Amino acid sequence: MTTQEILFYAFAALAVVSALGMVLNLRNTVAAAMSLVVTMVSLAGIYVLLEAHLVAAIQIMVYGGAIVVLFLFVVMLLNLRADEFAPGRQWLTKLAAGLVVFAAGAELIRLLSGELPEPGELPPGFGGYRMVGISLYTDYVLLVEMASLLLLAAIVGALILAKRRID
Amino acid sequence: MPIEVVVKTLFIILVVVGALAPVITWVERKQSAVMQDRIGANRADVAGITLLGLLHPAADVLKLLSKEDVVPLGANRFMHLISPLIAAVPAIVGYAVIPFGGVYQFGDTRLSLVAADPDWGLLYIFAIGSIATYGTVMAGWSSNNNWSLLGGMRAAAQMISYEVTMGLSVVGIFMVFQTLKLTDMALAQDTTFRVLGFLDVLFGIPVPAWLDWVRLPAWGIFYQPLAFLMFLAAIMAENKRPPFDAPEGESEIIAGFHLEYSGMRFGLFYMSEFIEVIVIAGLVATIFLGGWAIPYLSTQTIIGGVGSVLGTGFATGLCMLLHFGCFMTKVVVMIWLQMALRWTLPRFRYDQVMDLCWKILLPLSLANIFVTGFVMLLVEG
Repeated sequence: MTTQEILFYAFAALAVVSALGMVLNLRNTVAAAMSLVVTMVSLAGIYVLLEAHLVAAIQIMVYGGAIVVLFLFVVMLLNLRADEFAPGRQWLTKLAAGLVVFAAGAELIRLLSGELPEPGELPPGFGGYRMVGISLYTDYVLLVEMASLLLLAAIVGALILAKRRID
Repeated sequence: MPIEVVVKTLFIILVVVGALAPVITWVERKQSAVMQDRIGANRADVAGITLLGLLHPAADVLKLLSKEDVVPLGANRFMHLISPLIAAVPAIVGYAVIPFGGVYQFGDTRLSLVAADPDWGLLYIFAIGSIATYGTVMAGWSSNNNWSLLGGMRAAAQMISYEVTMGLSVVGIFMVFQTLKLTDMALAQDTTFRVLGFLDVLFGIPVPAWLDWVRLPAWGIFYQPLAFLMFLAAIMAENKRPPFDAPEGESEIIAGFHLEYSGMRFGLFYMSEFIEVIVIAGLVATIFLGGWAIPYLSTQTIIGGVGSVLGTGFATGLCMLLHFGCFMTKVVVMIWLQMALRWTLPRFRYDQVMDLCWKILLPLSLANIFVTGFVMLLVEG
């Protein structure tokens, strides 16, 4: 096995194990959140192996860092346990989770049963911030602007909600 | 290649982390003593020899190692034990991308004085920094102590907030140097620029040739002075040392997130802050103070000038040593600055820390990006 393969299997195993740890860790929500961090970081490792360096860095900064810290914030402040979640909504959560798993599983089977594509040559600078930036601001500029508008709306909405409670 | 990586890693772990970081604790004590008109650390001695108090770090480590490692009742044992490591490891791996010198060509062999040189060097530092947050947050949560939890919460809020400003404040630098790679940034600063050139470019006033000697080194701090101040403030707040030590705040929440830690695990938190002081110094020196570049003396001048007399190989070696010395000098200056700030400014109140981030630094850094972009359009267009 090459170094790349060893690293890939190590990161992949870590990602799967920590993801299972997150899902199965029902009694301790903080431990579940920390497992999620490990999953995110191992995914970032896989992205690095795929030459997607910018995505890897953003994966750690945004998902591994900021978002899960916010999760932790809420979890720690509320100190919730599994049995304290609203019982009436449980079937809805389970249905949604089941649908997602079913869709992902079906897609996986479809991919694995067909012919796997041959790996091609990467263009120079692939996955770097330069190439990603250029394609974001030329080919996908409309989508970027729409996403930024959406985020702005979310910020303003959060501000209004929080402000009402302060006043 | 692997040998080279091993040597560089050993250099970082043994020299920078193992030797320099303890010296920094001594510097902090000695500098605070001087600033407060005390004699300072001078009691630890071996057979009456005190070495100006330089034995104190060793005494500290001995004391910390021999103390009992207490895990409080009701604490989450695993998280409590592992949190200091989560705090310390990101601080150490940050050194991987700090260029201690440039790239030197000895005949057929190329020697580069940086352990890892990814294209996204600065993003790597930011990513590492965001992982460091968990060390403090989990330390606060796992201790089963309300003061610790408050400290952990403050640390989480402060570190996430300042991460945003830290990233935005250096966008202007990315635009000026057109790169995120730390070695390229240092290389781009190994030159000078005409101070009065802006008159010509922006206002069309020609600058006479006899004023051509009015030059400054092409350092980030001269291109982006505001970014320098903002980045320094943000990254010092990331490190949670005074005046940004609201997560510790011993007058209000006793010692915050590391209140329940004792022995070497407390020492690890303490050390990781000092290790980070050196990382910050190296990073600021690389981005804003020209890295290894010697002001007014470019690499070509040294190798060309000395090389014509004493041979290129000797000149390259000399150049490497000079660059390393120059970089370390800048690092020492930045460490001194951080220490001086630490003992000069009182602690910010928690709401003041947040106000500084979201109401002052964030709008200023956004304005800095716009102004930089505008000027660059004028210069190039």
